[in-house]
Order: sequence, then C-alpha cells, then structure tokens
Amino acid sequence: MEHIRTPKVENVRLVDRVSPKKAALGTLYLTATHVIFVENSPDTRKETWILHSQISTIEKQATTATGCPLLIRCKNFQIIQLIIPQERDCHDVYISLIRLARPVKYEELYCFSFNPMLDKEEREQGWVLINLSEEYKRMGLPNNYWQLSDVNREYRVCDSYPTELYVPKSATAHIIVGSSKFRSRRRFPVLSYYYKDNHASICRSSQPLSGFSARCLEDEQMLQAIRKANPGSDFVYVVDTRPKLNAMANRAAGKGYENEDNYSNIKFQFIGIENIHVMRNSLQKMLEVCELKSPSMSDFLWGLENSGWLRHIKAIMDAGIFIAKAVSEEGASVLVHCSDGWDRTAQVCSVASLLLDPHYRTLKGFMVLIEKDWISFGHKFNHRYGNLDGDPKEISPVIDQFIECVWQLMEQFPCAFEFNERFLIHIQHHIYSCQFGNFLCNSQKERRELKIQERTYSLWAHLWKNRADYLNPLFRADHSQTQGTLHLPTTPCNFMYKFWSGMYNRFEKGMQPRQSVTDYLMAVKEETQQLEEELEALEERLEKIQKVQLNCTKVKCKQSEPSKHSGFSTSDNSIANTPQDYSGNLKSFPSRSPSQGDEDSALILTQDNLKSSDPDLSANSDQESGVEDLSCRSPSGGEHAPSEDSGKDRDSDEAVFLTA
Amino acid sequence: MEFAELIKTPRVDNVVLHRPFYPAVEGTLCLTGHHLILSSRQDNTEELWLLHSNIDAIDKRFVGSLGTIIIKCKDFRIIQLDIPGMEECLNIASSIEALSTLDSITLMYPFFYRPMFEVIEDGWHSFLPEQEFKLYSSATSQWRLSYVNKEFAVCPTYPPIVIVPESIDDETLRKVATFRHGGRFPVLSYYHQKSKRVIMRSGQPLTGTNGRRCKEDEKLINATLRAGSRGYIIDTRSLNVAQQARAKGGGFEQEAHYPQWRRIHKSIERYHILQESLIKLVEACNDQTHNMDRWLSKLEASNWLTHIKEILTAACLVAQCIDREEASVLIHGTEGTDSTLQVTSLAQIILEPRSRTIRGFEALIEREWLQAGHPFQQRCAQSAYCNTKQKWEAPVFLLFLDCVWQILRQFPCSFEFNENFLIMLFEHAYASQFGTFLGNSESERCKLKLQQKTMSLWSWVNQPSKLSKYTNPLFEANNLVIWPSVAPQSLLLWEDTLLSFHLLPRDDAAQRPSPDADPVLLDF
Repeated sequence: MEHIRTPKVENVRLVDRVSPKKAALGTLYLTATHVIFVENSPDTRKETWILHSQISTIEKQATTATGCPLLIRCKNFQIIQLIIPQERDCHDVYISLIRLARPVKYEELYCFSFNPMLDKEEREQGWVLINLSEEYKRMGLPNNYWQLSDVNREYRVCDSYPTELYVPKSATAHIIVGSSKFRSRRRFPVLSYYYKDNHASICRSSQPLSGFSARCLEDEQMLQAIRKANPGSDFVYVVDTRPKLNAMANRAAGKGYENEDNYSNIKFQFIGIENIHVMRNSLQKMLEVCELKSPSMSDFLWGLENSGWLRHIKAIMDAGIFIAKAVSEEGASVLVHCSDGWDRTAQVCSVASLLLDPHYRTLKGFMVLIEKDWISFGHKFNHRYGNLDGDPKEISPVIDQFIECVWQLMEQFPCAFEFNERFLIHIQHHIYSCQFGNFLCNSQKERRELKIQERTYSLWAHLWKNRADYLNPLFRADHSQTQGTLHLPTTPCNFMYKFWSGMYNRFEKGMQPRQSVTDYLMAVKEETQQLEEELEALEERLEKIQKVQLNCTKVKCKQSEPSKHSGFSTSDNSIANTPQDYSGNLKSFPSRSPSQGDEDSALILTQDNLKSSDPDLSANSDQESGVEDLSCRSPSGGEHAPSEDSGKDRDSDEAVFLTA
Repeated sequence: MEFAELIKTPRVDNVVLHRPFYPAVEGTLCLTGHHLILSSRQDNTEELWLLHSNIDAIDKRFVGSLGTIIIKCKDFRIIQLDIPGMEECLNIASSIEALSTLDSITLMYPFFYRPMFEVIEDGWHSFLPEQEFKLYSSATSQWRLSYVNKEFAVCPTYPPIVIVPESIDDETLRKVATFRHGGRFPVLSYYHQKSKRVIMRSGQPLTGTNGRRCKEDEKLINATLRAGSRGYIIDTRSLNVAQQARAKGGGFEQEAHYPQWRRIHKSIERYHILQESLIKLVEACNDQTHNMDRWLSKLEASNWLTHIKEILTAACLVAQCIDREEASVLIHGTEGTDSTLQVTSLAQIILEPRSRTIRGFEALIEREWLQAGHPFQQRCAQSAYCNTKQKWEAPVFLLFLDCVWQILRQFPCSFEFNENFLIMLFEHAYASQFGTFLGNSESERCKLKLQQKTMSLWSWVNQPSKLSKYTNPLFEANNLVIWPSVAPQSLLLWEDTLLSFHLLPRDDAAQRPSPDADPVLLDF
C-alpha cells in the first residue's frame, strides 16, 4: 500500500483504441493488486480491471491539451490508454504503477492475497488434482527398464530438478552423479515421456560440458543405459535443439554437444531453435505489428514475416515432429537438450508428447503435461515471465510459444483436442497473473521452500471446476484423430502456420469472429440435454396421466410450463457491432454516430461479467458470457429475431416459439 | 461428330494417375468430346472424370518412351498422368489442348449435357426480375420496372428489365444511356428497407476532357434523393485513374453538376492486375520448397489479400453510408461490370439478411452478376495457370466469393449456406455442365438460347438432396446488419479453395463437391 501515491483519480478518460475519438470518462483507482477504471456513465458503470502483475510496460506520453496520456501494455496483450487531466496525477499514477508492477518479493504477488473462499481441505484437494506419480504410472512405469530414482532427494544432485525422477534401471547412482557433473547445472538425462507401445522414450537433459575434447565415462554410460532401456532399437537420437553455431560457440566456454565418436550408438542431430533473446525480440516485433493503427495488408504481412515469429513457431513444431516420428515410427529413444535444458527442451518435449499421446490432448492431460515438462522440470517461470522485478534479459515468451504450437495443432486437428482455444488463453493469462501459485518461482525446490501449496491455490483445480467453459464441442473420444499419434504431412507446409489473432489481438474484439462456433455448439449441446431431460419428465408424466385417464375422462392437463433454456433466451442486441473506420472520407458529413454497440471496445468489463469466476480475465469474461453472439442462438428463428431497434419482448417471442 | 477429328487416340491402357495425397491409380484413359476419364475398371475404385473445359494448362515430359502429362485445372488442382508410348502421349496432349480451348460456346459441354435428375424447379425461372421487384414494390412506390432495354438496344450488357426511379421515363433513360459507359445508365441495385435508402450502379459518365454534362443524368440520380438530403457516389477507381479516363471520353461526376452528391474514390484493382495476383498466389501455394518467411513474402507479394481488403472496405463503406449515414449511394468504376458488382453485391451481404440465405444468395448472383452483365465467359476463360496474358481475364468473381467467405468466417452462424456452396459456385463459374455461367451478358445468353438448350445450375443445386450439402447447420437467421472487420489480422487465406489440394484431407472439411457428381451421358 505504501507504494500507492494516489489511490483515486477522477475525470480520467479511457481511450477506445479502435476508434480513438470514443473515450469513456470515469474514475481511476489504484489498489494493492489492481488498477481499476470505473466509467461515470450511470447506465453502465463499466469496470476495467488490470492486475498489476499483468503490466508489462507503462509509458507516459507527451501532455496534450486534453491531459496527460498514459499507455499501459499488458503481458496478456491488452493495451490500455488513459488520459489523466493533471500532469501531477499522471506522474503519481505512473510512479506508483512502476513500483506496483515490479514486486521485489514473492509475498507481494496476488496469489498470497487472493482468496477464492475455499476452505483448507478444498485447497489441499486442488493441489493434488494433478499428480505426477499417477502420470508416470499411466505411462506404465516403473517397469523392467525404468525405475524411480531417489538420487535427487532433497535436491542433492540438481536443485532445478524435481525429487521424483525416472531413470534407466541400469543407471546406478554412481553413473547418475557422474553424468550430472558433466552436464550444465547438473541437469543429467532423465525420462520425460515413455511410449508404452514400443518402449521408446523421450529423455531430457542440459548440454554436456564437453568443450573441445572433454568426455565423461559416466555420461556415456548414462546414454548407453537409455539405449538399453529400449530393446527395440540399437541407437539413441541425441537432439540438440540449438542452431549448430550456438552449440559450437558453447564449446569455447567448456560446454557444447555430444561427440558421436565418444558415445556408442548415438545419432546426433541439430534442430535450430533460436535462443530466448531472439524470441523476445521476435515477439516484440510482432506485437508492434499488432499495434499498428490501420495497417495495410502489406504492412501486416511484411511485419509478420519480418518478426520471424511464425518461423520460430515452425522450428519448434518441426523439432517436436522429428522426435514424435523417431519415437513412434523408428521406435528409437531420443535424448533432447539445449543449453540448460529448461526452455527449448521443455517446448520440444511437450510438443512431441502432445503429438504422441492422446491423453495430453485432454483437459486433464494437458495440465499434467505442463506440470511435468514445465513446472516440475524447473522451467524458470519467475525469470521468463518477470513475476518479480529482475533482469529484463531473462524474460522471454517460451511457454507462450508452446501454447501457440498447441493452438496451431488445434487448427489442423479440430476434433483431436478435448479443450478449446479459451483454455489456452486462460492458461496463458494465469502464467502471468500470479493469481495462483502454480507458476511461481523457478523450481520445485523454491516452491517447496516458499510453502506455495499451503499459502496459495492451484490453477488446475480452478480450471477443472470451470471445465464446462473449456470443452471443445467437436472433440470426440472415438474419433480416429483422437487416437494415437497425430500425423502431420511429411513435408510440413508453411501455410499451416497462421497468425493467432485470438491471442495477440484478443482484446481488439472487433477483429475476432463475431460469432463463436464453439459457444454455439456448446449451447446447442446443453439445450439438447435439457430437452432430453424434459422429454423424459414429460413422458413419465404422460404415463401417469394415461393411467388417470382410465379413471377419469376429463383431465385437463396444463402442466407444460414454459421452460427457461439457459444461454438461449437472453438475447439482446448481441452482435450489433458497429462499422469500423472504413474511410476517413465520411467525416465531413455530420456523423450520426450510433449509440449502441460498445461491445467492440474490447477492454471494457461490465459489472455483470465480474460474476464470472475470473475477475481478472476481463476481456475473456465477456467472451464467456457470450454477449457477442447471443442473437444467433435465439430460438425464435428466422423472422422473430429482433432487429437492432425493435424493443420486442424476448420472453413473449420465446413463448411463441415454444408453443409453436 | 466433329470432336472425333480432334481425338487422335481415344483410349490408352496402363496409364497411371497421380494426385496429391492419393495413392497412384493405374487404369485406362479415355478421351471423349468433353471429358477426360481414367478408369481402373475395378469396383469401388475412384475414377477420374475431368471436364476438358476445366483444364487451364498442360505440360508434357518424356523419359524414354514414358510420357507424362501434367494437367493444371482452373480449380487449381494439379494431376499427373503417366502414359506409356510417346505417340499416344503426344496425341492425348494435343487432343486435350484442342478440346480444352474450343472456340465456339455452342460446342461446350452444357449443350450436350443431359441431366439424370428430375427437374423439380426450372432454375431459369427461379429468379425473374418481376418477382424480385415485388419485394421492393411492396415497400416503396418510388421505383418502377422499365422495359426500355427489351431488345438490348439501349444497353447491350443490361437485362431487358431494369428498375429505375418512378419519375424517370424511358425517353430520359435513353438519353442518360448515351452519357454512360456502355449505355449503362444508373439502375437500382438494392433498396434498404430500414433506412429507405438505395444502392444504384452504372457505368462511368462520359464527361470527356471538356466536362460534358447531361441534365437527364443529373435528373435521374437526383430523383432518388429526398429533398434536402445528400448521397454518395463511390467511384471504384482512384482519383488519378478516373481523371485519366477523361482522355478516353470517360470521367467522373463533377461536383458542380452534382451538388447533392459527394464523390469518394475507393480504388479497386481490375483486369490483369487481379489475374497476375491470382497467378502469383497459386504459384506461392504450390511452391513447397521455400521456408516460412518466403511464404509470407510471396503471399504478401501476390497482393491477393490486399485486393480482398480493398473490396471489402469499399463494400463496408457503402453499407455504412446506407445504414448509418442514411444516404443513398451510386457506385461505378469504368464499365460498371466488375468492381462495381463486387461492391454492390457485398454491400447487400452486409446489409440484407435475405442475401445470406441460399435462395437469397442465388438471387443475388442472378441479379448482381448474371443479369447485371458481368462477362463470365471472358473473365473465367483462364485461371491461375494460363500463360497467355489476355487482357480480359480476371478472377473478379472468385474475389467476390472469397470476400463472402471472409464475412462468413467472421459470422459463422449468420449464413444459411456453407463454404462448400461458395466453392461450388467458383468451380461452376470456370467449368460446368450447366449453362448458367455461359456468355457475357443476358443478350448473349438469349442469342445462345441457353434456357432452351442447357440446364440451369439452380435447377440442380436447389434439389433438396443437393442443398443438404450446402446448408450451414449453424445458421440462425440474424436480421441485423453484420459489420465485418477488415483489419489484416481478420482476413485469412481461403485455404479450402486455394490450398485444398495441398492439405491433407481434414476431418472437418467436407469433400469438395465434384461438378460431375451426377452421372453423365457420354457425348458420342
């Protein structure tokens, strides 16, 4: 609280980024956790909530006649532009936010004050929802080839690894410890995924400390052990996910990559994925393109290409595909590493697992996958996503890229995933929000020391509770796509990779499809279910009445009460979106600008929407409430749908429909 | 029959057919007057029936005595035939070349096609102008049907019946026609019931360099305005191009002579620029060697999406004038047969719920494209693989369909038809067994007696069994104006048309309907 210089500023304007002339007048509040803007307009009192932890940059722009503009860019790609009348106030807000957006200790983060009104037991249950021991069992472990090792108990060998690790049975503690000494940050080769069907596995580690000529017997034995754990293949792929040049440069620093001559039966392969700095810059460039004011098609495509973002996405996918193929088609085990083995390695292992195993394409399976390959194996969430004030050079959108890879796959295989796009977007949001404890710190060790599980709540339980929102209506467990490995074209096509406007422009709702097929299908599903239940009830009733009728011929049945179909009846002006600025030429006519259709100012959060489980998912919550597309679901069909201006009573319409 | 002269080798055995993502098929290749047929003569094996008119270009290669013909189709498909025997291969190739470039329209397949289905409703009479006019006449008495063009004498590219302001007599129309390019005097394109404003279209005014004016023209278009109100003229050319047109006798409306109208130039490209754009785009789609960045460069360099954005933006602007500004609009470019029609028809998709139904969309195609005189025969003579750069070929209609697809994608529940419907229209515009898209105008179609001699596409497509394939299950009538986003982030490549033969068959995308899905009689 001591960092808030001014808790409240009045007469602030929130600029609509789509049509800058539209601005909402309201009051700005600074709280310990959020920036809140409340519109003055008495009808709406719309609220916009921004979590401090979502704030990426704050920019104070040159004062104009109307006031002092403040531009806030968020990590979930929301951009807020405020105009504060007094320069002084603006400065105070600016200074306060600079501090609030960069907490210095974990205790300042939102998850330590966030209270979803759950009791202790519920909280504890939330933390055991995703259980990695169960996951390894599901893979079929331990078995004749793999065993659980306790070598890392109390994090004695590697402090960024978890305690629970699977290693080949023939790898003794001596081999493991020896190998760990020959690997960056002692991240020795361990199992990431075991492919039951043919015993092949995906293992992960960091780079070997080979320099120009160093070798380590134990490390060689370790790889030998991995190979032996897969009786079906006489070699192991070693995939270095770095560009060759980067790996070679590391040799000068005493690190490097495996020499095929020193290791028996390995096949070494580089797959060039760029480092975190290149990725950070690439995202930055792409976001600049997204931010362009009315760009031409060429500006956009050229900017997108120039950012290199989709090229990087493709590189990660290519690596994942390579590994999935090696495992499923060649039956060969793969050891994956990059430098430290916690960024590119995590990306690639999880993409490959997702391609190989349909379980990871389910809601729960996907949580498990993130828990395993990212959280437990020491992906440095705190550093990469800047939760605490730290070195800006450590920040990089590593998991964002993985999430995008998943989305690209969902676009290619629309029936193969149990979850929908919203699930991915909400996970991305919470990686940055710090509302839940899952993604805190850089390693399991740090999380245990901080007693995260006792002091915060788990995102997985929260998502699981609201899983109805995250289901993909097209998912069918019996579909051919849903089973086994996802097969991508042998020569991956470039045009497969598309710009994800649902993520990077998700707050510019005018740019998104105005009707959601997912929501529509889910509503139909729900409707069908309700009607079926109703039918059943009515049939039962009919049976009873028929029995009664035997006794009494004059029975008046007036039981049919108009039912309320959730999601279908609340139609309003819905997709009454407004035209965009299609031409500057119209300005000279006195504009009869429409009063309705504020939905396109995506960053506005109405009070109603706050009832949703996530107060901070501001823009998503109106997506959730389906404001934008209710009319398309109105049951009244063709001629009954309300026109923009008609004040027809929905209920009467509905009644007509139901009785018809 | 004269086709027999062109077919030197009607049949070759042991031909191997290669298609992307399908296993190779070996069988017998047969050439008929209108089809290339490959049959493996085995049950349950898919056969190939390809209309010669669908062939855009062919390449031949030889390795020893094994010849290979690569056939590039107007619907962007590429297939390969391995033909044993050099002579047979050369014969087949030259036959295909000759048969796919027949000069005479009356030799085209629609004149030989005999439907195997029962015609429930004759599509030639499904969308009569009188019926269409009834929709308007019930709402307003400001407009009337004019038969001034009955003999196609006033305007050769207009239909015999057009809708004009009630207060303008046919004599005035004749005068106006002399002042408009190709005789295309302003006619009603659409009446928006909600705002009571209209979209009109015409050819450019023939002002020439000395600023000729035509009082009757001014009278005609002012007749559509209410007292004191103003309207917009949307010129689909840039100001520069419009100015240059004056040197050739064309031009644009001078403010001084049309004080109640405000002119806006919204440049939409035409002719060879569009054709080159399509050629570059399809080339980029077919090139699998380049990396991600090169792909985006090539996509950008093709300018295809830029054209989509331009056309959609102009249409949105028109819709905005009508619905928001409550002002009437006159649209023209040069001839008024290409970009003008893209804009008028897309504006109706945005404004008018009826045009988002199957019947309504068919009526729109009939009214705004066929009757309005879009020269389909010329524009669709060649597609993305043509080498002869004819001036008049251009994917104008494909761009329109692509724009509709963009809106459909943004409003997936507001259209009664689905993507397959658009793809089907695209395929039939370029090669078809039906007569609907033959000819360049109503007068040509009358001369060809298409109604008597060929079957209408609408007769076929409006059968309930066919419609089911084209119906959008998500459709819920939406009576609102739908405003699409024209931001680059919102416009995507229409993969299922442009890339369909390069992508794996996907589980959600229904198989592309084949124009030859119905059994056809051989024409020998």
